[in-house]
Amino acid sequence: MTLITNRRNFIKNTVMVSSGLAVGFTLGNVTKLFSVEADSVSHELSPFIHIDTESNITLVNPNPDMGQGSIQASAAMIAEELEVGLEEVRIIPSDGQAKYDPQISGGSGAVRRSWEPLRKAGAAVRQMLLNAASRSWEIPLAECYAENAHVYNRIDDRKFKYGDLVTLASTLEVPENPTLKSKSEFKLIGKSHKRGDVIERITGKSTYSIDMQVPRMIHASILHSPTLLGKVVSINATEALKVEGVIDVMKCERSMLYTKFDAVAVIADSSWAAMQGKKALQVEWGGEGDHVSTQDYSESLYTAAGNPGALYSETGTFDQHFSKSRIKAEGLYESNFLSHAPIEPMNGIVEVKDNGTIEVWAGVQGPGQIKDQMAEYMEVPPENVKVNVKLMGGSFGRKSYHDFLLEAGMLSKKLQKPVKVTWTREEDVSQGPYRAGSLSKLQGTVENGKITGLHHHAIGESIYGQINGSPKVGEVDEGIGREIGFENSKYVLDHTKISYTRVVADIPIMWWRSVYAGSFAFGQECFIDELAHLGGIDPLKARLDILKDERYRLVLNTLAEKANYHEALPGGTARGIAIWKSFESISAACVFIVSEGQGVRVKKVISVLDCGLFVNEDMVRAQMEGSIVMGLSAATKEEITYENGVCMQQNFHQYNLMRINEVPEMETHIIANQDTPGGVGEPALPPIAPALNNAIFNLTGVRLRKLPMDLTNIKLT
Amino acid sequence: MATYTININGEDQSFTCDENMPLLWVLREVLQKTGTKYGCGIGQCGACTVHLDGNAVRSCVTPIDSVGEAEVTTIEGIGNAELHPVQQAWEELQVPQCGYCQSGQIMSAVHLLEQNPNPSDGEILDAMSGNICRCGTYDRIKKAIRLATQLSEDNNQLP
Ligand code: FES
Ligand code: FES
Repeated sequence: MTLITNRRNFIKNTVMVSSGLAVGFTLGNVTKLFSVEADSVSHELSPFIHIDTESNITLVNPNPDMGQGSIQASAAMIAEELEVGLEEVRIIPSDGQAKYDPQISGGSGAVRRSWEPLRKAGAAVRQMLLNAASRSWEIPLAECYAENAHVYNRIDDRKFKYGDLVTLASTLEVPENPTLKSKSEFKLIGKSHKRGDVIERITGKSTYSIDMQVPRMIHASILHSPTLLGKVVSINATEALKVEGVIDVMKCERSMLYTKFDAVAVIADSSWAAMQGKKALQVEWGGEGDHVSTQDYSESLYTAAGNPGALYSETGTFDQHFSKSRIKAEGLYESNFLSHAPIEPMNGIVEVKDNGTIEVWAGVQGPGQIKDQMAEYMEVPPENVKVNVKLMGGSFGRKSYHDFLLEAGMLSKKLQKPVKVTWTREEDVSQGPYRAGSLSKLQGTVENGKITGLHHHAIGESIYGQINGSPKVGEVDEGIGREIGFENSKYVLDHTKISYTRVVADIPIMWWRSVYAGSFAFGQECFIDELAHLGGIDPLKARLDILKDERYRLVLNTLAEKANYHEALPGGTARGIAIWKSFESISAACVFIVSEGQGVRVKKVISVLDCGLFVNEDMVRAQMEGSIVMGLSAATKEEITYENGVCMQQNFHQYNLMRINEVPEMETHIIANQDTPGGVGEPALPPIAPALNNAIFNLTGVRLRKLPMDLTNIKLT
Repeated sequence: MATYTININGEDQSFTCDENMPLLWVLREVLQKTGTKYGCGIGQCGACTVHLDGNAVRSCVTPIDSVGEAEVTTIEGIGNAELHPVQQAWEELQVPQCGYCQSGQIMSAVHLLEQNPNPSDGEILDAMSGNICRCGTYDRIKKAIRLATQLSEDNNQLP
């Protein structure tokens, strides 16, 4: 019997039993399965499956859920192999314990990264239960089979509940290479299932990070420098301290991944009082950040476009070919800064305890990373940090930056109490990190009705460049190169070139849903249309002519079929298409628009996705729908600008998000295939903006070159 | 500080708090009813929507002092014995993604259908345009409201 001693209380409280079978596993490339021994684990939770003698099945989920349903996807993978119903698996989020490999939700990787390990873990447990049954009945293993949380016997009609077998099973070896079910045997994976957590989410019963409370907790609201870089010159706390509930005011700091910003915290007995105190606070800030301007940054992008950039890849002889080509074009496309703006603002609780340990309660994308960052920042060993992962009210990349939790950590250390930091929406919108603004410079050639050459020069700040200083200015960002390169687009051309120029931004940036794909697909896929028009080729044909890869072709052909691409549209309407691969999934979109007043309106979006094998069809569709909305919202409404160091947007009246009355009809189509699972949370987003811009050109002859596109007023030039 | 007794989800609740405190923070921090969410604090996102005497209001901009005798209904007061038709439709169509905005969405939708059991598409959009969903669940919300009108009709036709 495998006793889970240190976990016993926890398990007892939640599953009401302290014994049974527990199998842990890792999510690294190599799947290690091991039985969870009494003393081998600390009090913290890590990815593992537990079945107790009452047949209760618990999965400690390694993938934090931002709303993309990864909790349920993970459960489905285990349940599939374990031969139990999805509703029979209860799920508890894990805490990111380093020893079981880093855990992070991001890069659309919940399913992609844990596909094999989760299935193997489920299969290993199933095999142990079968082995236990075969021993108990003293019959050959082949005569036993698992179904519906029972092991059955083919010889007579005896059966065991899983719970009856766990005591014996836990004494057996954990198989290293359990046999996985073949894809044709799947009962759960690839079908639509309802999510078990929906009822809680529609009755107000879900506990999000922001709803958490712990004993002795106090609240902090933090005033950040209005110019990001401006340092505190003086603090006048008189008025703030008069606010009912305000306890204290203190200077603190916002620790970014590459620098530190000055900040001032207002401590109070409720978050509302802390926010009121913050409003009353008078702080004089230095002029260190007054120069920051998105306009200046944008101008440096265009300046950089005049230089060649650092080479990432080249085939043929692009420059030579371009200079002597007769039919050629050059185009510039700019993407803007964007806020993630999850509706639940940044928040979390940190308690620095007397014994030197630190406990965190928060919705974060990377529980493993916050553990390390907190440990480093607070100068304690990582094993002293315990992370309780809470439900996130959205993230889109933002909650993988843990600045707000480090603030709470620092304050808790000073105040010797658990501190809950809750950012206001204004802090969220005006402080970043953001999706970086960027510029795509494109050059291309057409010969004999076919695109033959393409150069994409990506220009802008690099996320890793900002965080680690690598790439340096003048060097290539390999990630950006890969994202816009021909290995990704699969466009087969005689002459190609990919280059990059890093332009430093003084504004913090971070991945934003679909990362670089969202920024650079806009330029590349608009330009493919531009070349097609230049050569008098239909944009769909222009793409199919240079795509050899069958998966990409199928995505485009499916889109064409679903969108009745070859049928003429009524006057005053048009469509545009685009395709992009990101996170191992290929997505294409067709955007339909109608002219309206001085501008256009988006009428319908059809999205096609090939994400390989997927777990839950309905969840894939939901992510595609969300990507269409977020893609349109970003392409037409959202914009972060800085003037004289200050963010010009503070809340939703200035940072506009798409609302229900602006949402077009939408249709989603998933290509069924058996390929390795790709991401589903992000890949449907990148084609949206270029498909829309291509439609605008098809309708009006105007090619917009800068995001966001103002649809209400399209100037005929 | 002042003492208040307000009726929330059919029960009188007495408490003391600052007169300027918005209803949102009273619910969340004084009464620990955390189903109502903070999203913007300025009446722009609808995450904090509750009913005040049957009207949908943004609780983040509703001072506690203004509540008086009005009956407050929060998400915790909707569909307790069994799910409200709006919630049934939300479950059937699996509307929520992160779910954070959904308390507010549901409170707006319940209010809409109470006022107008058979709203037109335009009326649905009008009634729901104050509620932002960053996850982009709007298409399902539209469909779920349609479904909820049917479910309510079916319920009414029961003997
Ligand atoms: S929190 Fe009240 S409307 Fe946004
Ligand atoms: S479901 Fe996430 S904000 Fe609406």
